[in-house]
Amino acid sequence: MPPHPETWLRVRPAGLYCEPGDFYIDPLRPVERAIITHAHADHARPGHNRVLASAETLAIMRARMGVERAGTSQQPLAQGETLTINDVAIQLIPAGHVLGSCQIVMDFQGSRAIVSGDYKRRADPTCSAFMPLPCDVFVTEATFGLPVFRHPNATDEIAKLLASLKLFPERTHVVGCYALGKTQRLIALLRQAGYDQPIYLHGALQKLCALYENFGIPLGDLRPATIAVRAELRGALVLAPPSAIADRWARRLDDPVTAAASGWMRIRQRAKSGGIELPLIISDHADWDELCTTIIDMQAPEIWITHGNEEALIHQATLMGRRARALRLIGYGEDDAA
Amino acid sequence: MKPFADLLERLLYSPGRLAKIALLRDYFATTPDPDRGYALAAMAGALRFPGAKAATLRKLAADRTDPTLFALSYDFVGDLAETIALIWPGSAAFQPPSLPEIVDTLAGTKRDDVPVLLADWLDRSDPSTRIALIKLLTGGLRVGASLRLAKTAIAEIAALGADDIEEIWHGLEAPYLPLFNWIEGRTPRPDPASAPVFRPVMLAHPLEARDIATLDWSAYRAEYKYDGIRIQLVSTPGGTRLYSRTADDISASFPDIMANMKAHAVLDGELLVARHGVIAPFNDLQQRLNRKKPSAKLQQQYPVCIRLYDILFDGTEDVRALPFDTRRTRLEAWYATHTPPAMDLSPQIPFTAEADLAALRSTARTDGIEGLMLKRGDSAYLPGRPRAAWWKWKRDPLTLDCVLMYAQRGHGRRSSFYSDYTFGVWDNETLTPIGKAYSGYTDDELTTLDQWIRAHTTARFGPVREVEKHIVLEIAFDAAQISPRHKSGIALRFPRILRIRTDKPAHEADTIATARSLVGLEAKQDQGTLSPETPARR
Ligand SMILES: [Zn+2]
Ligand SMILES: [Zn+2]
Repeated sequence: MPPHPETWLRVRPAGLYCEPGDFYIDPLRPVERAIITHAHADHARPGHNRVLASAETLAIMRARMGVERAGTSQQPLAQGETLTINDVAIQLIPAGHVLGSCQIVMDFQGSRAIVSGDYKRRADPTCSAFMPLPCDVFVTEATFGLPVFRHPNATDEIAKLLASLKLFPERTHVVGCYALGKTQRLIALLRQAGYDQPIYLHGALQKLCALYENFGIPLGDLRPATIAVRAELRGALVLAPPSAIADRWARRLDDPVTAAASGWMRIRQRAKSGGIELPLIISDHADWDELCTTIIDMQAPEIWITHGNEEALIHQATLMGRRARALRLIGYGEDDAA
Repeated sequence: MKPFADLLERLLYSPGRLAKIALLRDYFATTPDPDRGYALAAMAGALRFPGAKAATLRKLAADRTDPTLFALSYDFVGDLAETIALIWPGSAAFQPPSLPEIVDTLAGTKRDDVPVLLADWLDRSDPSTRIALIKLLTGGLRVGASLRLAKTAIAEIAALGADDIEEIWHGLEAPYLPLFNWIEGRTPRPDPASAPVFRPVMLAHPLEARDIATLDWSAYRAEYKYDGIRIQLVSTPGGTRLYSRTADDISASFPDIMANMKAHAVLDGELLVARHGVIAPFNDLQQRLNRKKPSAKLQQQYPVCIRLYDILFDGTEDVRALPFDTRRTRLEAWYATHTPPAMDLSPQIPFTAEADLAALRSTARTDGIEGLMLKRGDSAYLPGRPRAAWWKWKRDPLTLDCVLMYAQRGHGRRSSFYSDYTFGVWDNETLTPIGKAYSGYTDDELTTLDQWIRAHTTARFGPVREVEKHIVLEIAFDAAQISPRHKSGIALRFPRILRIRTDKPAHEADTIATARSLVGLEAKQDQGTLSPETPARR
């Protein structure tokens, strides 16, 4: 009988640890060997020795933290390839979250666990779609693990933004969006919707957009949003990190419409207290329905939850006849603005 | 309902007045009849759905959701209507009911059948429509814009002003087809005919130092400026109404006035409490405001009267185009003929030079008088604030009309009340907090404010509630100083609430520029009798 994953996959202070493989997944502090699901700062931390991830994730890590801090040695693993470390066969399969994001599939003596990292099930022109695979234990996130979170179609939210640009042609529209993933997806969705005007970028977003383009994801006419071009910014679309929306940077613009693209915008209080005038419910995380569907799709009798609103999802998984438990990993979900 | 729900959502998040008007205008210009008319009625609070209760909705939601998941969700979201709207499974194809469908169907539905109907509507809607629907039906709809703003937006479609709509408003009913037909140029302006509609009021500019130097004093007539509330008393063959200057129908609160108005006219004046000809403090008048059915005892205890100062319609004749002096003669004649009880004329104060008035103004210390009014003898009665026609020359410069922004519970005796208020003034389109007050109100006012705050909270930050920007507080203070530590750049010394300006709409509160102009001035020692209570903490 194959060993239950709880005998070989454990939570340690540094994070989720695979004992026979002697590696961590998305470790929260520097370790000897790490496998990284995706390059968001809460999952990909600096200072590990050996790092295994998709080529895209490794490239983003180098761009964000510098070559030295992105791992002493970096090893890419392509999709469809299997790497065996001490009897643990490892594959990376797409998670649909951001460019390069992968689930980690681990097979050990006939037992299989899959760690999702962060994921979504919606179409995203900037990354490969989530791939379901049957397993014995599915380790999932639960950022939006409450039935009040059902994300609307991203195209409808984009239409809202375009309608607002039309209604307020004199006002700069500044959208707060996370630098990795949300920004590029937003741009790609705008281009899909036929918006071919230049899109202006806060300095913090420029590097990763260029990186996405190098990976073959065209983003159209992008320009730096500097105050020097303030007049040009009237009626234009500016993307900036969420933190820049509330601070002085945005206040230097002329009467801006402040928008934010995040799944949290579903809750009025969140949008209102953030001073957001145009909330756009666009998320790179699975909503409640996607979480439930994925539990079914993975055909796993047991669900472990890494982070998020785990209580409701545990209850739901139990109703669905699964064993479910929370790993209570502290440190995820702090940094990617969902 | 979907376009209306989208509008409500954007209004909720848009702080700027101009942005709100643009959103409203876009909605009213692009939404068909009768949908937009019912939306306007919803904003006017003119739609009532007695069959739908919050409890009904709660039960509907409970029937369709797991109780644990509902409880966890409600705990996270914090608002019941929003929780129900978001958690609702929504099985049917997206086809939300229209506003007219909602109004018509509910009118013809028996109470017992309402839940099934509601469930069907919720099934066919998206979350934002569901929130709007639930709030509309259960009476919790808070529109992030005043009715006045909606009128402004509608008027803009035809390049008119809100006052053009005010003038016919009280003769109209939902869904206001004649209004939209007129605005879109298909029919002439609806004729209020004999309906007792509100007429837009003429307002005064504050008289400032630079105006004083250039004023041609001989062209002006002087009256006292009373510390009551400005009203308009309308009596036509179609009925009699008493309006506040913001066009609210306050007839029901003042049966004693209504009973006395027998002759036809539209009169402008000040509502005051007076006993044997002596004007009582504003606090006394406060006891009569917002009482829908005042008892005989209350009417006796706080007897109201109207001090008349202008006439807009003499009988059924519109006299607004006549010069002020002529209207005054007509007013005196009308008064001499009818002399209704509990009404008198605002006396004109004879003067020959600026010095006379300045002296009068500074000695005017009686209760109920807060300064002087100067009105040009040749001015027609025009809506709004026509330049240099009417001036108000207030006695006490160190007050500001501020908008209530946040409230917090007090300490000790007041710990169960929201008694600490943060208020702000306008900085362009948004409000900037300018100070906090813990005192100056009566217990009754505190109770009123507390209840209002609980019902109009828009956000909570720990113990602090953010409220709808609606209540104007007249704030008195000892001095204003430059303070880089405050966001507004100004600190007020010993601010206290002088009164609640129920007669003033929030957008007419003072601006940051006005507040700055008061920096460096000191209140004179004899000003007011309110001794500032030392703030309880800080
Ligand atoms: Zn992530
Ligand atoms: Zn994450």
